[in-house]
Formats: sequence, structure tokens, C-alpha cells
Amino acid sequence: MDQTPINLLEIKDLKKTFSLTGGLFSRRLTLTALENINFNIRQGETLGIVGESGCGKSTLGRCILQLLAPDEGQVLWLGQDLTRLPAEEMRQRRADLQIIFQDPLASLNPRMTVGEIIADPLRTLRPELNKDERRARVLKTMEAVGLLPEMINRYPHEFSGGQAQRIGIARALITEPKLIVCDEPVSALDVSIQAQILNLLAELKDEFGLTLIFISHNLSVVRHVSDRILVLYLGRIVELATGDEIYEQPRHPYTRALLTAVPIPDPKLARQRNIDALKGEIPSPINPPSGCTFRTRCRFAKPFCAETRPPLETIEDGRLVACHRWREIEVPEEAVLGE
Amino acid sequence: MKEVLKVEDMSVTFELHQSEVHAVRDMNFSLAEGETLAVVGESGSGKSQAFLAIMGLLAKNGRAGGRAMMGDINLIGMPAGQLDKHRGKDIAMIFQDPMTSLNPTLKVRTQLAEVLVKHRDFDKQKATAAAIEMLERVGIPEPVKRANAYPHELSGGMRQRVMIAMALLCQPKILIADEPTTALDVTVQAQMLDLFKTLTEDFGTSLVLITHDLGVVAGVADRMMVMYGGRAVEKGTVDDLFYDPRHPYTLGLLHSTPHIAHRAARLDPIQGLPPSLEHLPKGCSFNPRCAFAFDRCLVERPPLTETGNGREKACFYEGPMAYGKVA
Amino acid sequence: MAGITGKDAVLTEYARKLETLDAPKGRSLTQDAMRRLVRNKAALVSIFVVLFIVLFAFVGPYFLPWTYDKIDWSGIRKPPNFEAGHFAGTDQNGRDMLARIMQGTQMSLIVAGVATLVSVFIGVCYGAIAGYFGGKVDAVMMRFVDIMYALPYILFVIILVVIFGRNPVLLFVGIGCLEWLTMARIVRGQTLSIKEREFVEAAKAGGAKPWTIIFRHIVPNLTGPVVIYATLTIPEIILTESFLSYLGLGVQEPQTSLGTLISFGSPVAETLPWMLIGPAVVLVSLLLCLTYIGDGLRDALDPKDR
Repeated sequence: MDQTPINLLEIKDLKKTFSLTGGLFSRRLTLTALENINFNIRQGETLGIVGESGCGKSTLGRCILQLLAPDEGQVLWLGQDLTRLPAEEMRQRRADLQIIFQDPLASLNPRMTVGEIIADPLRTLRPELNKDERRARVLKTMEAVGLLPEMINRYPHEFSGGQAQRIGIARALITEPKLIVCDEPVSALDVSIQAQILNLLAELKDEFGLTLIFISHNLSVVRHVSDRILVLYLGRIVELATGDEIYEQPRHPYTRALLTAVPIPDPKLARQRNIDALKGEIPSPINPPSGCTFRTRCRFAKPFCAETRPPLETIEDGRLVACHRWREIEVPEEAVLGE
Repeated sequence: MKEVLKVEDMSVTFELHQSEVHAVRDMNFSLAEGETLAVVGESGSGKSQAFLAIMGLLAKNGRAGGRAMMGDINLIGMPAGQLDKHRGKDIAMIFQDPMTSLNPTLKVRTQLAEVLVKHRDFDKQKATAAAIEMLERVGIPEPVKRANAYPHELSGGMRQRVMIAMALLCQPKILIADEPTTALDVTVQAQMLDLFKTLTEDFGTSLVLITHDLGVVAGVADRMMVMYGGRAVEKGTVDDLFYDPRHPYTLGLLHSTPHIAHRAARLDPIQGLPPSLEHLPKGCSFNPRCAFAFDRCLVERPPLTETGNGREKACFYEGPMAYGKVA
Repeated sequence: MAGITGKDAVLTEYARKLETLDAPKGRSLTQDAMRRLVRNKAALVSIFVVLFIVLFAFVGPYFLPWTYDKIDWSGIRKPPNFEAGHFAGTDQNGRDMLARIMQGTQMSLIVAGVATLVSVFIGVCYGAIAGYFGGKVDAVMMRFVDIMYALPYILFVIILVVIFGRNPVLLFVGIGCLEWLTMARIVRGQTLSIKEREFVEAAKAGGAKPWTIIFRHIVPNLTGPVVIYATLTIPEIILTESFLSYLGLGVQEPQTSLGTLISFGSPVAETLPWMLIGPAVVLVSLLLCLTYIGDGLRDALDPKDR
């Protein structure tokens, strides 16, 4: 990596809403899935996106890939706005941006063989390749992700979750992308397989010089793989910082709560620590709280938190945080997790 | 401590088209009053089937053998009619997806009250009042309002609380929780685990926590049992197994779990794939994935043997297990 | 970037080598379903019976001394007579009943096959397109289907009879063009759920165009419901044809169909029972077997039973 890493991707003022039709006579409801999203992704880094269900993390991944069209804002890929790109150009651009899905079996067409599935993106994105060349690339990619060549004519239902996820990764790799969005790639897998896939992703990242966006609800997994972590709550960025900063010095009360809620596989630590248990559950994104959306569950909320929405401020070294009171809330002496 | 459940030589077999699959074999364990036992394993390890068998909830083609003694009654092989008297009253179970066990067409209140009317001969009013009280005890805000809701109007965490309230209504001695927090968000999961801790303390309920997540186990359980390929491979207290695992599989699981506090460059996963129960390897089921396997492991199955301090393991290897980079 | 890029020639060589290594063929879902279908006794027997009826209808006539339109002046309204070669008797005009049953079965099978194929083709394309594009396209396309449903079917059929009256096959192409409505609805519903599956999104991320997604990723996954519904459409069309023939709108003399034969046989069932029994047995066994095959396919293709 260079000393000044280039921004592969810049997300500016991204907004995405979904309209829920409430039937013929009822009011049309709007769900704001993402709002005021601003961040950059540097070449070669792994950016983790964490948040609980309904925080818009998967929507964000899909908006970046233009699988969903954002309502407002820009997605700049090396300076070029993907949201304004004509359909045909975007299609060509897809060779650079790929995705890995959560449910490995659901993401594979059950009627196609492994070879056909992996080769599928090549058919549209590299039409100049002939059958032999395609097959050669498929086999090479299968080798890279740890699949045996003799699996090429099998069907997805003959594979276990971990192997199916390897097939999904091979499909994402075959176009030699620069960026891969990993949408909860390991949450459907068994623990031992989970670790294998995480290691595989790390190896592939080094081998092919990939940039990864790693979306997950599991903070331990995200912390393990990511250089920087973006925390989302109800469709808004609450904090963005490096993994170490987030872990050692969380600035936003929500990040802190998340950190203390993460189960740690260490009985003594787990018994010692005080869980800063959040009250209640995530409010409905259809009718989010006024002002700071987190205030309803926040220990530090003051009346003024309900009035204005906290801006996303840049604090030291490009850290971003959106909280009115981040300066006042001190990080407790003993680190959040005990030691 | 008083023993509330003793399982001996239990097995679960499923009949398929032309073959039989042994989902659980040679299972032995006991559960003390007020204790939390974690049963840890990956999919296909038989962890859920074992407890479905105890509850008499196996699929039609499943058969259970052995004994599961609750006091002096054996739950295995008990006719359904007799079992119904104990289920819900003495032993209750909650599942990963609460929606599958709640009737979507009945109000929460009605479903909860029904349990008390059936097992405790409460009249309707008294039952409803008790139900609302229980909802409050499991931490549901505005219990009266929630009691009048239908299951689909509640959030995931709320539904799981309702399920727990329902399971606790008759103050069972044993509560079996099968992956109770897997479908929940971390912040809600933390609330639920907290709730489990208070419940075992306040009610003296014995809890069986079936899970694949070692993080969940560490905070809640007293003892744990690790299962692989339908058998228990290691048993002991949580501290013993976490800080001094003796079975390579337990060790492998620990190394596969990312830890938020120390970030390793690479995890040290167990190689290979979990075996299918239909084709278990000869000898020790874990041998193809084991870094310490030697010739004896390939031919002979290690029995579960006591290693002192109330610990048991099923492994022939006795040497040190410094494993990879992280130790 | 190292790895996949470059050295395609070397890799091609590698691929060729592996080709000789002969990767084992996997079991596709269709093969799986076939295996399950074969295990179903009722369905298996039904398949053989239907095959037999098809052979009977198409090959049988070559082994008969009489053709379906030849009149035997010496044998009018005669019961089965093996010496004269009338194995199932003759009708009021002295034509051989067995030959007529064979020809009628042939006609019924052809019209049912043609109409079903046409309806499957239109229904699948229409439904998949409406379901995939969704929104306004879907709304307009499905309202059109609703309107077609509301118009009296028989009116269209009569118009078709006026147009194609002399040609039963063309008539049933026309009927197929009316029968696709239900198929389109079924396919649209399935498409709506399939297009939400992750593999469709994966195809989009892989740069596939909408038509590629519809015909490469969605339509093959519709096989189950389409095949099942098609096997149920065949008997429906056979019955429609019988009904039309009964009204005198179907097949024209001297050609015949199972429906026509039954409609002629039923008024004289007491005096000339062989005129009814023969075609009735063929029709009933055909319908019964097709229903069993449909049921068997539904079980075989249903992934839940796996």
C-alpha cells in the first residue's frame, strides 16, 4: 500500500428510502433505511460495517453495488459516480465490484452446476473468452478457494454450507474484482467452518489485493477482520474509527453498549464485566425518534438530544462520531471489557 | 446438590428410507438443581435431538433409547398422554424461533393462561393475572398491553421473553433452551442472558443451554458438555474447559471463535468438515480433523472416561496440546 | 495481479488435462425428482398406462383391417365380431369402433398436447416477465389477465370455431391461447418469490441482463410448478374438447375424438353398449393416470420431502 492510500470509493450524502404501500385507503408509509451516509473506503483496507437488524447495513452494501438505487447522494468509484452511470456501463463496471451473500445455498442457482455458477459472471462480463478459457479460469479460482477440481460438475445441494460459501466466493472472485462486499458471509455457518472462511477471505485479500467491505452483526468477527469499523444505528452512521480505537476508546454510547453486549468466550472476563445493557429494543425505522435516534435507549441522553439531530463530526485522525455529548462522556478508567 | 435430571445411556435413532442414522449415542449426564449446563456443538452434533428426545418431541421416524430420570420417573418411552402431565409443568423447552411455538391466531394472554388452566387447574381470571405477573417478571414493559397483543405484533426479543414466561409459568424444575438467542440482536441477547442468570437464581430452575456460541456459554453456564458426531466428547466446568481444554475438538472450537479482546492475525480453525452422521469415520469420529490423531484413534473409539476433578473426556491423546500460534 | 490473470494458454492446458480426469457428474434436481417419481408405484404404473395408450392410439391403427372412416355395409350396429375384424363392434354407420377409438384417442392427445404446450409457453413467458419486472408492468399485464378471465370463455371458443372450424389442431392452438391465464398467474407468483432469492441478486451483481436472469435463472427454477400444472392442464383440455364436441363445436366427421365418441355412445348406451364402453374406458383411464402422474410429480418435485 502507498503512504497515502487512495480512496477507492467515496460515499456522499447517501439516502435510501423504501415506501410501504399501506393499502388503497391508508397512508403511504416511508421507511428511511439510510440517511446522511458519508464515508470513504481506501484501497486495500477492510471496512467493517456493524449494526443490529434493521440498521440498514445490508441496504448500504447493496446501494454501493447499485443493486438498489439510492434516492439521493453519490457513490464515487475512483471519482466516477456509479449512481449516474448508464445501465450498460454499470454492467461492465460490475467486474470490479462483487458480493458474497449470507445464505450460501440460497445464493447458488439450484439448477446449475458448480462450474456453471462460477462461470456465470464471465459469460456476460468477459464474452471474449471461449469455453476452454472460461473453464480454465473456473478451475483456477476453485483451487484458490479450496474446492477440488472434481467438484465442477456437481450441484449446490450436494454441498455443505461451508463449501457452498466457497463456491459463492469463487463466483465473486472470477471477474478479478477490486472490491468485494461480504454481506454476513459467515453468520449462517458452523463455528469451525466460520473460522476457515474468515481465514480464506484474509488470504484471498492478500493474494489478489482486494478491498473488502465486511458487513456483520457480530462485532467480534468484524473486529477480527477489519481495519476500520463503521457502526450504523437506524440507518445513520454513529461512529467510524479504526478497530483498535473503537475497541479501546468507543466514543458513541451506542458503540459502547454494543461492545459490552458482545459475548466473550472467556468465563472469568464474562462474569466480571458489567454489561451496559441497553434498555428496550430498536425503535421502528418507520417512525424513528426525533433528534438523535439513539436517545430513547441512551444512558446519557439529555432533553436537547430530542431536539436536534447530532451531526457527524470529524474528530481526531479522521474518526467520525455522531453524538451531541461525546466530549462530555468520559471513557471509564477500566477499559470497557475488563482488561 | 440435588439432582433433578439423570440421563443414562440415551440414544436417538432415525429411520430413513433404507438406513438408520444414529443422531445421539451413549449419552450420560446429570443436571443439578439451580445449575446451568451448556451443551455445545455444531450442526449435526445431535445436541438438539438429544433434548427433543427427552421432551418426547422427536420427529415421527425418530426413536429414543436409554433412560432420562426425573426423580424416579423415566421420561424416555413414556406414553404421550402421561408425558403431557410433566411437559410444561416439570420440564419445559424454548426454541430458537419463538414464532414456531406461539399460535399466531391467539392473544399472548390466552396462550399463557391456557397453560395454567391445564396444569394447575387455575380458573381463567386467576390464570390471566398470573400470566401478566410472569410477563412482568421476565422483563416485559407494559405487561398488560403486551398480554393483549398477538405474537406477530411483538418484536423478536419480546416474543422470546413471552416464550420464557410461558415456560416458567408452572415453575418447572428444568428449562431447556435450544439456541434461545441465536436469532436475536447482540444488545437483546445480552438482556436475555442476563434474564437467564436471574431466573436460575430466583426460581432455582436448572437450565440447559444448547448453543454453538462459546461466547454465550462463558457468561452464563456452570458446566458444559461438548458434543461431536452424536457423542459427548468432553465434560467439565466451564472454567476447566475454557482454560484447560483436554479434547482437541474443544480446543479447536475455542481457537475458531474470534475474541473481541485479542485480535489475532489468523484464526486457527479445525480443518475439514463436520462428518455426516450416516458416514461416521471409523475409530474416533473426530480423527480426520484432529491434529493429534495417531494410529490407535483410527481403529478404536475412545470411551468417555473420567480424568479427575469431575472432568470427562473421550480422547486417547494425553500429550500437551500447544496448538498453532494462539495458546 | 497474480493468480487468475494471464497465462491462459497454460491454464487451458491444465483444464484439458483435468477434462481427461473426468469430474464425476453430480445429481441434478431433475434427476433427483425422477428417482423419487420412479419410487412412487401409482405414478410409475400410470406412466406405463399412458405410454401404452399413446402407442395404442398412434401405432394401433396400422394393425387393424379397418380404417376409422371405412364403412362395412355388412356390419352395422354389430357387437364385437372377431371374424370380421371388428374387435370392438361397429357404430350405426358400420364403421369399426376400435379404429375409431384409436383415431379419437389420437385426436384427443394431439389437441391436448398442442393446447398445453401453447398455454405453457405463453403462460411461462408472460408470467415470468410480469413477475420479474413487477411494478407498473406487472400491474398492467395482470389486469389484462383479469379481463381475459372475466370474458366468457365459450364466446372466444365460438369465435375460434368460426375462424378455424375445419382444422381441429389450429382450433386447439387457439384454445391454448386462452388456457394460459392460470399458468401465467402461477408463474408470476413463483417468479415474485424466486426473484427475491439471493442467487438472482448474485446474477445481477455478475452483470446479467434482465432477459438472461429471467430465462437462465428464473425459468429453470419454475420447472416444478409448471410441470405439475401442465400435467393437470392436459386432462382439463381433453375434457374441454369432449365438451365442445358434445356441443358439436369440436372435431368434424368423419374424424372423431374421445369426447365425440362418448357423446354418440351415450344416447344408445342401452342398446349398443360397446359404443360407449370403449371410449369411456380409454378416457377415464387416461384422465386417472394423468392425475396420478401429476400427484406423483408434485411429491417428487417438492423439495420439502427431501
